[in-house]
Amino acid sequence: MATDSQLATWEVFIQSKPGANYIHAGSVHASDKQMALQNARDTYTRRGEGTSIWAVPTKEIAASNPDENDMFFDPANDKMYRMPTFYVMPEGAKAI
Amino acid sequence: MTEQQALFNYCLRLGDDALVQSYRLSEWCSNAPILEEDLALTNFALDMIGRAQALLSYAGAIEGKGRTDDDLAYKRGERQFYNHLITELPNGDFAFTIARLLFTSSYEFGFYTALQQSADATLAAIAAKTIKEIKYHLSHASEWAIRLGNGTEESHSRLQRAVNSLWMYTGELFETDELDVLLHSANIGIDNAQLHMGWKHQVESVLNEATIEIPKDEYMQTGSRKGIHTEYLGHILSEMQYLQRAYPEATW
Repeated sequence: MATDSQLATWEVFIQSKPGANYIHAGSVHASDKQMALQNARDTYTRRGEGTSIWAVPTKEIAASNPDENDMFFDPANDKMYRMPTFYVMPEGAKAI
Repeated sequence: MTEQQALFNYCLRLGDDALVQSYRLSEWCSNAPILEEDLALTNFALDMIGRAQALLSYAGAIEGKGRTDDDLAYKRGERQFYNHLITELPNGDFAFTIARLLFTSSYEFGFYTALQQSADATLAAIAAKTIKEIKYHLSHASEWAIRLGNGTEESHSRLQRAVNSLWMYTGELFETDELDVLLHSANIGIDNAQLHMGWKHQVESVLNEATIEIPKDEYMQTGSRKGIHTEYLGHILSEMQYLQRAYPEATW
């Protein structure tokens, strides 16, 4: 099938339970918001994976450029003092 | 006709509608215009298999002769099937499948909404479970109809053609025979005729938004309430029942 008949792509984020983070599940083709939600529902939540869906047009996502990874991410590598590993965890604290 | 016989037949009608629609939708597997639609339509087919299973199991229990849902699906002949004719028509193009799903799910929406109040607790429970699925089928079909109608000249004319050729199969959905009257008076079944206005309103609002012309009510096809079908049901059954017919009692 020709690519021009497949509609634009949308990125799908699924929340597995109320309060949880939305996690990227994949992408779907759709002509508009409503259809993007339907297709996301049919493609990614058929087995009870989610309680909520976000669909975002792929072209609206600002993505970092892999060529700039040095500048973006390397400076964080040798700065252990930014890690919260020097604290003693209070007993009973979860999900920190 | 006793109430038990009537209820048995009623469950066959509802179960066969679900089974045959499911069969047609499953034929889209690997053939839909986009992957997402392939998943959606076959997912609906699975919803309907679940509904058929519940209704045919219940039919078997009412009959009390030890027939299971599988027996009823695989070992009845064409004349003992009571699905509406509209469900057995070949899929045609995508617009035809969407128009049919719009018509049947609009009907089922009204029907199963009412059936939730049935005096028969099992039917009411099946209705409560299936109504959520039907709402989604209806929404999916409506959204597609609106997009096809407002899409290209080609998609518009295909949808219009589908609506025109399906229209004469919609009258049957609202027929009322003695079985319906009997079960309706026992508060078990639904008065089909009363669903017609709601159905028309639902379908018209979608088709208006899709800029599709609504056909006039002229000649309407009929027959399925008595087990009289189009030529297409026989072909479905010959494929669906092949294994049980060729290798009776085969299991795996």
